[in-house]
Amino acid sequence: MHDQLINVVVAGLGGQGVLKASDILADAVLRAGFDVKKSEIKGMSQRGGSVTSDVRFGRIVFSPMVSPGEADYLLVLEPTQLEPHKHYLKPDGMLIMPDAVAVDKLPNKKTLNVALLGALSAHLPLPEAGWLEALREGFSAELFDANRQAFLAGRAGQHPPKA
Amino acid sequence: MPSPKRQLLSGNEAIALAARDAGVALGAGYPGTPSTEILERFSELGGYGQWSPNEKVALEVVIGAAFGGARAMATMKHVGLNVAADPLFTAAYTGVSGGLVVISADDPGMASSQNEQDNRHYAVAAGVPMLEPSDSQEAYDFLLAAFEISERWKLPVILRGTTRVCHSYTVMQRRGPNGAPKAPKFERDIRARVMIPANARPAHKRLRQKLAEIAEWSETCSLNHVVPGDNKLGIITSGISFMHAREAAPEASVLKLGFTHPLPIRKIAAFAKSVKRCIVIEEGDPYLVEAIRAAGIKVEGKAEMYRFGELNVPRVRRILNNDASPEPAPAPGKPPQLCDACQYRLVFETLRQRECIVAGDIGCYTLGVLKPFEAMDSCVCMGASLGVGLGLRHVLPPEQARRVVSVIGDSTFVHSGISGLVEMVYNPPAEGHVLIILDNGTTAMTGHQEHPGTGRKLDHQPTNKIVVEDLARSLGVKRVHVVEPRVGSNEFERTLDECLASRELCVIIARRPCILIVKRLRELEQCECETKEAPCTIS
Repeated sequence: MHDQLINVVVAGLGGQGVLKASDILADAVLRAGFDVKKSEIKGMSQRGGSVTSDVRFGRIVFSPMVSPGEADYLLVLEPTQLEPHKHYLKPDGMLIMPDAVAVDKLPNKKTLNVALLGALSAHLPLPEAGWLEALREGFSAELFDANRQAFLAGRAGQHPPKA
Repeated sequence: MPSPKRQLLSGNEAIALAARDAGVALGAGYPGTPSTEILERFSELGGYGQWSPNEKVALEVVIGAAFGGARAMATMKHVGLNVAADPLFTAAYTGVSGGLVVISADDPGMASSQNEQDNRHYAVAAGVPMLEPSDSQEAYDFLLAAFEISERWKLPVILRGTTRVCHSYTVMQRRGPNGAPKAPKFERDIRARVMIPANARPAHKRLRQKLAEIAEWSETCSLNHVVPGDNKLGIITSGISFMHAREAAPEASVLKLGFTHPLPIRKIAAFAKSVKRCIVIEEGDPYLVEAIRAAGIKVEGKAEMYRFGELNVPRVRRILNNDASPEPAPAPGKPPQLCDACQYRLVFETLRQRECIVAGDIGCYTLGVLKPFEAMDSCVCMGASLGVGLGLRHVLPPEQARRVVSVIGDSTFVHSGISGLVEMVYNPPAEGHVLIILDNGTTAMTGHQEHPGTGRKLDHQPTNKIVVEDLARSLGVKRVHVVEPRVGSNEFERTLDECLASRELCVIIARRPCILIVKRLRELEQCECETKEAPCTIS
């Protein structure tokens, strides 16, 4: 098991599914046996404001918040949210923007959050079966299939990180 | 025996689960970020949870339940405890029969609040024990401990969370049922519970005696423990700050205080003596550091600049490095705003055009202060729109007084606007007054909770409904208007102009359901019509 912490920040606007995406990520992490913490400020999210969620995992996690300059991965669901959140990313951290997936090919545009999770998943040490279980748990039966497709499309579209 | 399942729960969910396992018979509160989810989850788990009109009433109901021998809890955000402070202080004198825990969810940094008061001071001021969890496992464990402490010393106990404890998800395991709930039974105890001065004087002495015993107990209780480390640096900390400190200085020795009133002073002194440098890391006010120094123990604290806002790992590193240089400004996110289709856009546009002086209140509609409306001139606390508006009307010259209006939401009105309306009727300003109640049929800001004006209880089941216009009329207000603000109708503007010109007492109820719950409301109403017996199950 990784001794090192992995820090993920998910950013977007209210209504985009930022919290849903981080829920599923945290669930997949929990299923893989890691310690995990997830933190978010959501007080005014329903009024269209910025929403950010931090997910941290590893052998043991203390603070629930990702510090600026320490995010290994930054998922941005809405391009305007890059500027206010890019300072979280490590110098060698990975930025995942909506253009990481072919949005037009998604069966449902609302699944962008899950498609980007799929893109992220290609880089994380978590088994695919755990991701799919987390998706099944996180969505109703009628929404599961579209989200599974979006996840797999995002996952397939990623190339292994360059050495 | 297999170990219990690892669950990823928020602090609030963990508290709700612990309340079920502790056999809590009644939970009452008023919605407020970051506390709201506790009672909602408690109710979903099968507990009896209720929204009360405000935190004072909620705590009084809970005190009654505890007088009856049941375990009971009141939940509220930090500022809610101001409202509930009156019963809290005297319940510390009366004591309780069943366990009573007050959950105060503080909001350092003000993610969604009008101030960042530090409610640890309430434990000292009221003289009640206090516990501070730092993650979901502790939120769960500490609620169980809080009930045991409450029953052992027959005192109300405060469990204080903060936004990052209440809303962060961390891995926890359930302990299982914590003792069978006692059957409630009334036992008369006039001297303990009727606080006339003759009974209250000895009650105060009893309280101080109990606190002295608890202080002794806290010296050895496991809620306060040392994480051993290097003796070069010792950190005394509590709550979420413990987590930041462990990450910022993994090599340090740490005295982790889970039980923070009364403080284990001898234990703190021994810890401070065992390390070369001893520093207190705490979020908010310098509560721990002042109490520790007052006991004659030499410790370092933080620079004044770290009193403001939340702590995090970088800020704790700065405190440890005695770094008080200016911090980088946080990058601005997109601020919230009134929803595009919100009916109250029209209300605030109308107020702006008429250059009204608007005494505002607490809710989503406080966003009427932002551009493009900028149609709010004050927002102090729940219900203050009435009193502040009336005060302005009393003293301003007539041409200004006539432009003053009070604006309040439906849930806030029931919370603490009703006594303001009584004030309006009892002490009418010479130029009259105009109160606008924005009735969107829900407590929208905190995530659409029910309230006494919706006619549905916390679990959305139907109950008696408070009709705001009937209440205003029964108080003697002659001009009571119910209008629907909507595009294409000038009814609201016309009514407001008539009221402003009337120089009388006027109440305008601007009624239209919150657009975010229109669909759910329709389903609930249909459900109520169709099935009077079977419960509604829409969440």
